[in-house]
Amino acid sequence: MSTNPHDLQQALARLLGPAQREVSCDTCFDELDRYVDLELAGHDADAAVPGLRAHLDGCPACREEYQSLRALVGDDGR
Amino acid sequence: MTIVDAATVKLVEPARSLVAQPEPTPLLDAESREWLQSLRAEDGTRDAAIARLHALLLRAARFEIARRRATLPHLRGNELDDIATEAADDALVSVLRRLDDYRGASRFTTWVYKFALLEAAVKLRKRAWQGREIPLEPEGWDLLSSGALEPDAEAEQSELLAAVQAAIADVLTPHQRTVLVALALNGIPIDVLADRLNTNRGALYKTLHDARRKLRKHLGECGLALDDSLEKE
Repeated sequence: MSTNPHDLQQALARLLGPAQREVSCDTCFDELDRYVDLELAGHDADAAVPGLRAHLDGCPACREEYQSLRALVGDDGR
Repeated sequence: MTIVDAATVKLVEPARSLVAQPEPTPLLDAESREWLQSLRAEDGTRDAAIARLHALLLRAARFEIARRRATLPHLRGNELDDIATEAADDALVSVLRRLDDYRGASRFTTWVYKFALLEAAVKLRKRAWQGREIPLEPEGWDLLSSGALEPDAEAEQSELLAAVQAAIADVLTPHQRTVLVALALNGIPIDVLADRLNTNRGALYKTLHDARRKLRKHLGECGLALDDSLEKE
């Protein structure tokens, strides 16, 4: 069986996680609503909440919840 | 699992060093202000507001379920409705308990949505894995290392993969190895593994984070260029 290099890269990324410093799941949950509202308003959410984007890169569960919140709030017309 | 269980964690890194200090509480938009006033009222207004809030949370829970519907073909509509209702009920308890934590940094509706989305997501992940074996031993190495990774860049990644494998065996504690392999290699959802190991998401992520740091440090000391070889998922 051959390996898709992209799959291998993703596997390595999952194993090694983000290189940047990141917040915890707890902090991510606390800040997620502010981060999403800032993003949707066109502001620099990453500057306002440092380390949250890196956490989303490293934590699939928090990333899924971020994607859902962004989609739901966007669905509200913002 | 309650919201507190699902979301309460020890810090991966000191929050103060990463999270910008909150801005002074901004002026609330009219809708958010109305929500707070109604939910803090001492008359029938509060009951009506709680009913409206529950409806909002139920909508969010159903939204999450709809997004994941394709991954849950074995669940019937009434089971999904039950999950949505349970998620909205649990989220309502959490929102009312933490109402004083809302500081107006986002719209009130955005703030409450996240509780319902978390509850629904956690319940769905657990439901999807209900009755399934949780593999804690490496399952994916053969697939990853068996392939046609030819010239140069691929060969470099293959070397890195072999080094990662060796580092996992050599430098991690048994618990770090178990958590890293289950979450990052075998794809077990973190909430499912937390339940199985009788812990919570935050504690597991802290272990995962520490294991990743240890691997990165070790591989760096071995002279391997990590981030040139990786890309975001």
